[in-house]
Amino acid sequence: MRELIGKPAPDGPDLALTIAIWGGAALVAGSFLALLGDLLWHGAARVSWDFLVMAPEHAGKTGGIGPILASTVAILAVALLAALPLGLATAIWLSNFTRGGSLLARQVNLSLDVLAGVPSIVFGLFGNAFFSVVLGMGFSIAAGGLTLACMILPIFIRSVESGLSAVPDEWRRGAAALGLSQAAALRHILLPAAAPAISAGMMLGIGRALAETAALIFTSGYVDRMPESLLDSGRALAVHIYDLSMNVTGGDQAAYASALVLIVLLLAINSVAQTLTGRFLARRISQP
Amino acid sequence: MTPSLSTASATADTFTLGPLQNGPACCIPTPILSIENLSLHYGDKPALAEVSLDIYRGCITALIGPSGCGKTSFLSALNRLSDLIPGCRVGGRIRFGDADIHDPAIDLQGLRRKIGMIFQKPNPFPLSIRRNLEMPLREHGVDRQDELDEKIRQALTDVGLWDEVHDRLDAPALGLSGGQQQRLCIARAIVLEPEVLLMDEPCSALDPLSSAVVEALIQRLRGRYTVVIVTHNLAQARRIANYAAFFWMREKVGKLVEFGRCQQLFDMPRDDLTAAYIAGISG
Repeated sequence: MRELIGKPAPDGPDLALTIAIWGGAALVAGSFLALLGDLLWHGAARVSWDFLVMAPEHAGKTGGIGPILASTVAILAVALLAALPLGLATAIWLSNFTRGGSLLARQVNLSLDVLAGVPSIVFGLFGNAFFSVVLGMGFSIAAGGLTLACMILPIFIRSVESGLSAVPDEWRRGAAALGLSQAAALRHILLPAAAPAISAGMMLGIGRALAETAALIFTSGYVDRMPESLLDSGRALAVHIYDLSMNVTGGDQAAYASALVLIVLLLAINSVAQTLTGRFLARRISQP
Repeated sequence: MTPSLSTASATADTFTLGPLQNGPACCIPTPILSIENLSLHYGDKPALAEVSLDIYRGCITALIGPSGCGKTSFLSALNRLSDLIPGCRVGGRIRFGDADIHDPAIDLQGLRRKIGMIFQKPNPFPLSIRRNLEMPLREHGVDRQDELDEKIRQALTDVGLWDEVHDRLDAPALGLSGGQQQRLCIARAIVLEPEVLLMDEPCSALDPLSSAVVEALIQRLRGRYTVVIVTHNLAQARRIANYAAFFWMREKVGKLVEFGRCQQLFDMPRDDLTAAYIAGISG
C-alpha cells in the first residue's frame, strides 16, 4: 500500500462543491444585506418617534404612519386570532389521519398545498366577495384580517402537521399504554415536541400576512385615518408603501422609511411569537 | 452469566421488593387474564388465529417463537393497544378478572393503567426524570405533592434507579443510558400500580450488563405483578419464566403450538416443533 503515501487525493470536485456552497450562501446573505442597507441608506433619516405616531399628511409625503401602524397590527391580530386555533385544530385532526396514510388525508394535504400557492389577488377577490359583500363587513379591518387568515391557514396547517407527524410514534404508544387520554398526550408530549414546527409555521404566516398588499386593497381598503373599530377601513403598511411608491410623486423617502419600519416590525413580532411558543410549549419538554 | 449474578447481588440491597418467589404463588394457578380463541388481522391479512391460554396471577409467562409469528401482536391485544393500529381487528374473547376487555362500556384508560406495557426500545418521554413519572400520576388524579414525591421515590427505588438518579431528578430522561431508560420506563409503568406488566423484548435493545440488571429486576417483580414477556432469548425465558408459550407460523398465520410450565416446555416438550425450536434446529 505504498502508493497511498505521499499522494493526496485529487481535491477538484470537493473544492468546486465548497465554492458552490459558500458562494450560494454568500449570494443569499449578501442580497438580504444589500436590501437592508438600501432601506437604511434611503429611509433611516426619516424614521423618528414623530414618524411612528403622527398621521400622514399630503398623501403620506409628510407626516407619519401612526394610524397605518395601528391598522396593520389590528389586521394581523384578527388574522392570527382566527388562523391559529383553527389551524392547530385542523393540523391535529389531519396528523391523526396522515399517519395512517388515508386517501382523504392525502387529498386534503394536496388541496392545502394548492391553496398555499394561490395568488394573493385571488384571495383578495374571494375576501371581498365573501367577507365584505356576503357577510356585510364592507371594507374593514375585520374583512382584511379574515382574508389574511384564509391565506395563512394552508401554510400554518401544513407546517404544524408535518411537525406532529415527525414526533416519534413510540411516545404516542407509550402515552396510550399508560392510560393517558389523547388530550394529555397532546398537551404534555406531542405539541411541545412539535413546538419548533409550530413556531416556524407561525413565522411563515406572519411574514406572509405583513407583506400582503393585493389581498388587502379589496378587503381592508386604503383609508389612512386612525381606525375606530374593527369594522372601520384601515390601511396596512404594505398597502401604504405600494401607494407611496406608485401613486405619490415625491413619496419615495417616506416609502423607504415605511419599509424599514415594516422589516423591524416583522423581526419584532417574530421574536415575540418565538418567545411565546418557547414559553408555552418548548420548555415543557426536556432534551439532553 | 457471571455478570448477571454479580450485578444482581451488588444491587440487591437497594431493591425493596420481596425476595424471589419460585413456587407458592404459582402452585395454585389462578388466571388473571383468560384468552379464548383470539384472532388478529391487519387489514385482510391474518396475523394470529385460534390462540387460547390463561395468564396466571403473580407469575412470569414467557412468549417464545421465531420473529413474525404474532407474539407482539398477541401482547398488544391484551391492553388493546392494537386499537391504535389502523386496520387492526381482534376477534375472540379476552377476560381480565371478571371483565371482558372488549366490552364497549369498559374504561379503556383504566384498563391500560391496570395492564402496563414496556416496549422493546426504551421510550421515556422527552421530559425530566421526575416529570416522566409525575405526569402520568397527575393525569390519573394524584395531586398532592408529598404523595407524588413518595410514589416517585418508591417506584425509582423498586427499579434500582433511585441511588443513581436521586440527585438529578430534573435532568432530561433522554440523557440516561439505555438500560437506565428502560428501568425508568418500568418505573413509569409500576408507579401507576398495575396488576399486569406486558413486556415486549425489554432487554433486546440493551447491552449485556444492562440487560442482566433489567432481567434481575423482572425476576423481582414476580409475585407482586403478573408479567407477560416476549423474548427471543431462550436462556432468559428459561431463567425467569414460570410458564412458557411457544408460537409458530402455520400457513402464514401465527398459532400457539404449546403452552405449559416453563420447565416442562423446555425439558419435556410435548410437540415436535417445540422440541426442534428449543434444540435450535429450526429456529
